[in-house]
Amino acid sequence: MQSVKNAKLGREKLQRIIEMCMAIEAHAVDPFMLDVDDIIKVTKEYFPEWEKPEDLNLDAETIHHLASVIKLQSEWVKHRSTSLYTDPFLLEEKITQTPKEDMVGVFLRTWHPIVELEQISVHSLAEALRYWETLLPLSERWKELAPDEIGTGFATRDELIKQRVLGDKLFSEELEKFWLELKETVEKKGHEGKMRYWDFVGAETYEDTVQRAFLTSFLITYGYATLEIHPLEELTFIKPFEKPQTRIRTEQAVSVPIAVTYDDWQKWRRGEMD
Amino acid sequence: MSKRKGVYAAKVKRATHMLFFRRHQKPGVKGWELHKTLGADYPKVLDVLDDYLKNLDLQVKTVFEEEKTPAAKPTLEEYDKARFYVTLRGDLTPKEAKMIGWRIDDLAGLAVAISYIISKKGQAQRKDVEDLLCEKLPGWKVGLNIERYIRYGYLNQDDNAQLYLDWRTRAEVDQKALIDMLLNAEKQSTLPVASSKEGEEEEFDETGKESEED
Repeated sequence: MQSVKNAKLGREKLQRIIEMCMAIEAHAVDPFMLDVDDIIKVTKEYFPEWEKPEDLNLDAETIHHLASVIKLQSEWVKHRSTSLYTDPFLLEEKITQTPKEDMVGVFLRTWHPIVELEQISVHSLAEALRYWETLLPLSERWKELAPDEIGTGFATRDELIKQRVLGDKLFSEELEKFWLELKETVEKKGHEGKMRYWDFVGAETYEDTVQRAFLTSFLITYGYATLEIHPLEELTFIKPFEKPQTRIRTEQAVSVPIAVTYDDWQKWRRGEMD
Repeated sequence: MSKRKGVYAAKVKRATHMLFFRRHQKPGVKGWELHKTLGADYPKVLDVLDDYLKNLDLQVKTVFEEEKTPAAKPTLEEYDKARFYVTLRGDLTPKEAKMIGWRIDDLAGLAVAISYIISKKGQAQRKDVEDLLCEKLPGWKVGLNIERYIRYGYLNQDDNAQLYLDWRTRAEVDQKALIDMLLNAEKQSTLPVASSKEGEEEEFDETGKESEED
């Protein structure tokens, strides 16, 4: 019972010490208000009482703050010992007593203003003139870009494919085919119904890899497959669904950006993506 | 002229251009900029330039990073991090100070603010500095003046309204000499200063300086 009371008292004392130290650290109290020897005595006295981690933590915190106060005391002593130190009260007194003319006199003897010039040169003028000559008038630079008038018309599917707006297959067909390919590849090379993302999207050329990554993103968005990410191991797996998932999601969908850079592709080619 | 001398003359010329003409928002040139333009021997070039400037009562002033003036000969790395300025070598007479755009009241206020902040270990509450200045200057002017000192780079203020000495004070003011002289102020005779009667129009082209700073 006595020990419990003692520990409670000790905790209170340490709390008070920490508060005092924090006030000193905030420059609200003179650092020499704190008797470091006394504080060390107190921490030593109660140290045997501490068994719980939170009490030991409190003890460590006290020592940490005490160290900060000692640092402040040392800085204070260092500043006092420098030639720049002047008693602020004495100086304040001097400042208020010294007539402003004398103050200016003193200041002017210690003030060495920076010399700087702002001047235009013949060279910069010539440069500026050259620029001016090549500068288009505002009326031309700020001319409104009126949209070209183009009459509406019809575009054939072939034309859209030519303009690369559409692929040569229907996108949904292409996606379905790609999904089947994913399922087959996972079956052959995958493990537990999934495979490494890069092993699936990676192709012979970088262009093909980007194309595959692009299609894969649609597979995931449209519910043909999902991603499994192991953040600690930095591994990303792709897992095809047996049937496309068309049900309405109840949870928030998450976008997962996956960079498919040329360097990554080369790493994958060298087998360094593990 | 030997080839070596010719090279140095060209470097001194280049250094003069860099130091005298403002290149950035703040005056002065960083050591690494001089290093890049003049080569690794730029401290030597600056010594030569400093020697030239002596006759003109100017000097090349080096302000080391965080005011840590190296005890021994500074290393090239320390020079690279330092900032270099051309400053007046000697001192100005009060009349000259007025000519370059300072009223005696404003200059006295600056001297008080700087010395007070130095005495407070480099930081002081703005309120305290204002109270001190208000003893001798009209209240409406004190706030404006402090803002001006901040704008020119003599003082700096943080979010807690604490004032610090800023880059221009470090470059232009010999802080130790200022405090020493201030403490011995009564021993020296009052310096001849042009009087500044209330209401007297002794403004220099403040507008010009303002627009240049802003």
